[in-house]
Amino acid sequence: MSSQPEPGAAVAQSEERRNWTEVAFQLGALLGLILLIAIFAFSSPSFLTTGNLAGIARQTSVNALLALGMLVVILTGGIDLSVGAVLALAMVVLAMVITKAGLDQSIGLLAALLVGAALGVGNGLLLTRLHLPHPFISTLGMMNIARGAALVITGGASISALGGGIVKFIGNDEIRLGSGDGAVSIPIMLFVVVLAYVGFYFFLNRTVVGRHIYATGGNPEAARLSGVPVDRILVLVYTISGLMAGLAAVVLAGRTDSGYPNAGLGFELDAISACIIGGTSFFGGVGTVSGTLIGALIMGVLRNGLNIMSVDTNWQTVVIGAVIIAAVYVDVLRRRAGQSR
Amino acid sequence: MTTTAGSGDVLLRMSGITKRFPGVVALDDVQLEVRAGEVLVLLGENGAGKSTLMKILGGAYHADAGKIELKGREVKINSPRDALDLGIAVIYQEFNLVSQLSVMENVFMGREPRIPGRPGVIDWARMRRETSAILRELDLPIDPGHQVGKLGVAQQQMVEIARSVSANADIVVMDEPTSALTNHEIIQLFRVVKQLQARGAGVIYISHRLEEVPQVGTTVTVLRDGHYVDTVPASSPIADFIRLMVGRDLTQQYPKKLVKPGAEVLRVEHLERRGVLNDASFAVRAGEILGIAGLVGAGRTELVRAIFGADHLDAGRIFVDGKEVGVHHPVDAIRAGIGLLPEDRKTQGLVLLLSIAENVSMASPGDVSRHGFLDLGKVAARARGFVESLRIRTPSVYRPARSLSGGTQQKVVLAKWLASRSRVLIFDEPTRGIDVGAKVEVYQLMTSLVQQGAAIVMVSSELPEVLGMSDRVLVMRGGSIVAELAGDEMNQERILAAAMGQEHVVAA
Repeated sequence: MSSQPEPGAAVAQSEERRNWTEVAFQLGALLGLILLIAIFAFSSPSFLTTGNLAGIARQTSVNALLALGMLVVILTGGIDLSVGAVLALAMVVLAMVITKAGLDQSIGLLAALLVGAALGVGNGLLLTRLHLPHPFISTLGMMNIARGAALVITGGASISALGGGIVKFIGNDEIRLGSGDGAVSIPIMLFVVVLAYVGFYFFLNRTVVGRHIYATGGNPEAARLSGVPVDRILVLVYTISGLMAGLAAVVLAGRTDSGYPNAGLGFELDAISACIIGGTSFFGGVGTVSGTLIGALIMGVLRNGLNIMSVDTNWQTVVIGAVIIAAVYVDVLRRRAGQSR
Repeated sequence: MTTTAGSGDVLLRMSGITKRFPGVVALDDVQLEVRAGEVLVLLGENGAGKSTLMKILGGAYHADAGKIELKGREVKINSPRDALDLGIAVIYQEFNLVSQLSVMENVFMGREPRIPGRPGVIDWARMRRETSAILRELDLPIDPGHQVGKLGVAQQQMVEIARSVSANADIVVMDEPTSALTNHEIIQLFRVVKQLQARGAGVIYISHRLEEVPQVGTTVTVLRDGHYVDTVPASSPIADFIRLMVGRDLTQQYPKKLVKPGAEVLRVEHLERRGVLNDASFAVRAGEILGIAGLVGAGRTELVRAIFGADHLDAGRIFVDGKEVGVHHPVDAIRAGIGLLPEDRKTQGLVLLLSIAENVSMASPGDVSRHGFLDLGKVAARARGFVESLRIRTPSVYRPARSLSGGTQQKVVLAKWLASRSRVLIFDEPTRGIDVGAKVEVYQLMTSLVQQGAAIVMVSSELPEVLGMSDRVLVMRGGSIVAELAGDEMNQERILAAAMGQEHVVAA
């Protein structure tokens, strides 16, 4: 028994309309970002200065990288609560490799990426091999394990003075363009973020594996019956998420010239927020790289702008909470628009 | 209408019941009568309308027309709650029990006894006492405090029956109550049914086990294709029931063309899956359409899913072109050239959010990519080729699959398997949920596929479709292949008799 409409003019029309609403939703986040920038620019002359914009880039980079990893996970209908803690563990391992073992920063960087990827593989295997009922649980466990491990190996103390090298270059250096008063300093980490976003865009839209991620999230059973290796895809997305947490750890270590076990507290929630604000559906299969970038920028601009307007940090938290709820409500509206046929 | 054995008063009379779903008339002017102390057996093939009729009685569906009278008074049943309040208890195949709670809590769910003067506080002592009384009356050795989830299927069913008794139901409907029971449990169930009869309740009993009819029933009402056929005594010969159930004209023309069968393409031997499949073996040749008939739950979908690697097999061998292939995952089957068009396209066949083009290439991304990078031009071009050759009605291959009608979606699933060069195509209920015009198109595609040398395995619950399209028919029952019919033997009576385990009745 079917209740699908006949392919006809009415359907085609409602299809068109929904495509427009989808565009509107996608644009909605972008318009929100532009509106925010306009408001802050009018309210404070110091907002649209190159120095402040570089500051926003610096403050947003870590979340932007974590959000990319989170995006591929949420696309499969999953979630990764461990990224903040994985970042902390990767960061202190990086710091210890450089300071305690006295190795070059490049070895520290590799160690951080390796720690991130390894814990990600662990998350994936917990889900696909031990069949834990939901990634919320496996990654919640991993979050505590990673955070605990970071505290154990450092004895709870932070490690500073990492010296110079690739980590410092990525996290702290800038490229100066122009000279004199018109000179613009672009943080190196901004290039890392841009590179990551371009790479993920191609990965998710142009590669077989990328499309398999969407298929797995959109309908795991149909994907499996089409020969998509669903379990391998799931392990892969958590590995990617862990790897991005490792990369974010490198950026943060370079920026702060340290590794500390309490780094990244709550970062997983910021990354999830960026994805959601950017239009990623919690039910899987829907979400874009560009939307995630916009989501991360909205969060960064909001924090920075509210700071400049000297809004109390406690109130900032309230505002961000409201933005997240509004964004998820938009997701609800979108789904309803998709169903009302 | 002939009424028999109806000693008691008429409890329930349904008349002129009509129910339409989009594109289908599920029930057309159906009638039914149940007397006190009577067990009315409702018979009919898959899709005859039995379940729909009972869902209307139970308040899950609304009839488009018709009248329901309880004890001579016309009633309106708008919700399951209404049905319960009127004394109608429907026991579905999937029980409505909360398995984490106790037997007595389930028996009194929604009607929990309260302690007088203390609002909202449950009177546990009374609940236990009254549940015990009912269980004792039905002669059921079940502890009222036992957790329902830890009971066996048969005992859970008894809890459902106890609930209907405690709600003082006059009408108890049982939908295939014995399908999951052992012989011993069936005897216990029949005893409880007798208890219900003795209490003066009317029982409506749906079953596909014809041998049960004279044991448990008093009267039989037969439905066919949504129509009322006849009401006869339960003591009638079983062959009569089968005749009443199938007496249908084969009016629809099927675009079937005889193709000279080629080499054997698929052979399966001794497939076993514990509790689901039992020593199933068959072969299918190029140019052949092999139909698989049987009742719902006979193991047909399970058989084809296992061949495709969608479900695990305990034992058995699968050969494609004479070479054994180890099928552990759909990937293995796809590589060997097998494609499955599942029963439910929306949940198993397509990723609805993705485009037609992406769905077409999903099973064979290697052909349209290099080093893992997709050639989007090729993805679209290939999809456009199939849009043309299969006449998929869509303005663009970039449309999401969810925007298509049922028949068009089926064509996209087919395109996916043609793109992966499948030579064995397994259609599970190929035309379910597809309107009449599109059905014929699906049949035409099947015909042209076998003309081009494909082998088709078709699972179908629609007998006319099986007879109209198949070269041979396998009949399944209880996880086993119980008959293989071809030529003159391929008729509705033979198939239905085999499916119901009554082959000897019509074998002569």
